Amino acid sequence: MITVKELTKRYARNTAVDHISFEVGKGQIVGFLGPNGAGKTTTMRMLTGFLSPTSGGATVAGYDVLEQPLEVKKRIGYLPETPPLYPEMETGEYLTFVGRLKGLSGAELRKRVDYVCERCAVADVKNKLLGKLSKGYRQRVGLAQAVIHNPDVLILDEPTAGLDPKQINETRDLIKSLGGNHTIILSTHILPEVEQTCEQVLIINRGKLVATDSVHNLQNRARGAESVMVEISGRNGSLDFAAVQQRLEQIAGVSRVTAKQRQENRNTFEIESQKGFVRGDLARAVVESGWDLNELRPAAMSLEEIFLQLTGPQEAQKDGSRKESQ
Amino acid sequence: MRNIWIMWRKELNSYFDSPIAYFLLTMFAVVSSFFFWIYLRGFVEYGMEMQMRGRPMPMNLNEQIIRPLLGTEGVIGLFLIPLITMRLFAEEKRSGTIELLATSPIRDWEVILGKWLAALTLYACMLLLSALNFAFLFKYGNPDWKPLAIGYLGLLLQAGSLLAIGTFISSLTKNQIIAGAVTFGICLLLWIISSVGEFETATWAQVLSYMSVLTHYEESFAKGVLDAKDAVFYLTAIFLGLFFTARSMESLRWRS
Repeated sequence: MITVKELTKRYARNTAVDHISFEVGKGQIVGFLGPNGAGKTTTMRMLTGFLSPTSGGATVAGYDVLEQPLEVKKRIGYLPETPPLYPEMETGEYLTFVGRLKGLSGAELRKRVDYVCERCAVADVKNKLLGKLSKGYRQRVGLAQAVIHNPDVLILDEPTAGLDPKQINETRDLIKSLGGNHTIILSTHILPEVEQTCEQVLIINRGKLVATDSVHNLQNRARGAESVMVEISGRNGSLDFAAVQQRLEQIAGVSRVTAKQRQENRNTFEIESQKGFVRGDLARAVVESGWDLNELRPAAMSLEEIFLQLTGPQEAQKDGSRKESQ
Repeated sequence: MRNIWIMWRKELNSYFDSPIAYFLLTMFAVVSSFFFWIYLRGFVEYGMEMQMRGRPMPMNLNEQIIRPLLGTEGVIGLFLIPLITMRLFAEEKRSGTIELLATSPIRDWEVILGKWLAALTLYACMLLLSALNFAFLFKYGNPDWKPLAIGYLGLLLQAGSLLAIGTFISSLTKNQIIAGAVTFGICLLLWIISSVGEFETATWAQVLSYMSVLTHYEESFAKGVLDAKDAVFYLTAIFLGLFFTARSMESLRWRS
C-alpha cells in the first residue's frame, strides 16, 4: 500500500530524514516510533504531500507522491500533530467542509458526517464551536476529519497526545477497529501504545531507520540473552548469600548471577543465562538446597528497553565518530 | 471550479462568523456616508449660491457627488483592505489548518482563488452598502447610471489588485498583525507615489506614478471611461499577486 524508497529531507543545516525505505502492506497498522525530533513528523508530512522530499520518493496506493499528488491526497486521511480545526466553525459544519474538500457531496456527504460523528464519539458536540471543545474532543474531531472520506491510508501523527488515560484507551480501540479496512501509520513516542495497537514497528532515530520488524520479532530479537528474576528466602530467616550465588552459578547455562535486593526475607537475584537454559533446573536447585523459592519470573525485555538499546548505542557511536572527525 | 466554490464559501462564512465582517461593513458605511453628506451639502450650497448670484452654472450630480465620492471610497478602501486580507493565510499557518488544505485533494491555486474571491466579495458587500447613498440621488435627482457602474467596476478592480497583494503578503507570515501592517504600508505607498509624477518629470518618477493603483482609477474609471489599458494594469496586478501567492504556498513544501 505504501512504498517508501530512499526518502530524504535535508534542510540547510541538518538532515531531518535520511534515506528511509520501508513498505507497508494493505490493512496493516504500523507504529512509527522514535524520540522527539527523530523525523517522524517530517516523514509523515512527505507521505501526505505537505512537504516535498529532497531526494527519494514514495508511492501510496500505487500513486507517486510527487508525480500524482492529487490522487495520493484523495486516498490519504491525515491527522497532524495539532488537529487542524477552525475555531469559529461548529463540529458538523467543519466535518461537512472537510468532506466536501475531499470530494464528497450530497446524501453521501451527510451519511459520512453522521457516521464519523458516531464512530469517533463526537456526535454530542456536533453543534458546538470547535474553539470551545476540550482537548479530547478536539483530537477526536481531528480523527473524524481524517477518516471522513473513507481513505485507504490513514496517517496519524501522535493521535493520543494530550488525552487522559480513558480517552487514550478509547482512541486506541478506535484505531484498532479502523485497521483492516484502512492501512494505518501512526507515530508515537509512547511505547505501550505500539505494543498494544500495532502489528509492525518502524523505529527511527536521528532521521535514520534503526529497526523495522513485527513487535513480536523485535522483542525476541533483543532478548538474545534471557534473564530471570528469582526471589529466595532462607528457612530460618537468614540466608547465606555467597552460598546461594555459588549454587546458582553451578546450574548449566547460567552465565551471571547478581544479587539485586537484600532485605530480611526478600532477596532477589537476577540470573542471566544463555539460550536453552532450563528454569526447572533453577527451581529444583533452590528447593533442594533447602531454600524457599518465593518468586521466579522471566524479566522480558519491554519495547522500551529494546528502543533504548537500538537508539542508545547508535547515538553514542554517532557522537564518537563526530568527535573523531573533528 | 467546485473546489474554488468550497473555499469561497468557507472563507466568506468565517468572515461573517467573526466580528470582522460586521466591523468592516459598519466602518465603510459610516465613513462613506459621512463623505456623502459632505459632498451633498457642498452641492446644495453651490446651488443656493448660484441662485443668489442669479447666474446659472452647470450642475451635475455625477461630476459633483458621485465621482468624488467614489474616489473617496477607493481611498477608504486602502485602509480597510489590509484588515480583510491579513488573516487569509497567516491564520491558517498559525493554527496549522494549512496542513489540512495542503494535504487535501485541492490545488494551491484553487485555495488561493477561493480566498481572494471571498475577500473581493466582502469588499463588494461594503460597496453595495454604501451604494444606498446613491439610491437617494436616483430617487430625488436624475444622475447618469453608466459612469456610476463603470466607477464601481474600477473600484472593484482596484480593490482586487490590492487584495491580491494583501493575500500574497498574508501567505508570507504566521503573524496576522505583521501581514496587516505590511499590507497597509504597501497600500499607502501605492497611493502616495502617484503624486511623485506631479513634481518630477524624470522617467523614474513617471514609472513610479504609473505604478500607483489610484492613478489608473482616477484617469479613466472615475471619469466613466472604460479604458482597456487601465483595466489591463489592474488585471496584471491581480494576476501577479495571486501568482506570487501560489509560489509562496509552493515554497512551504520545501521550507518549514
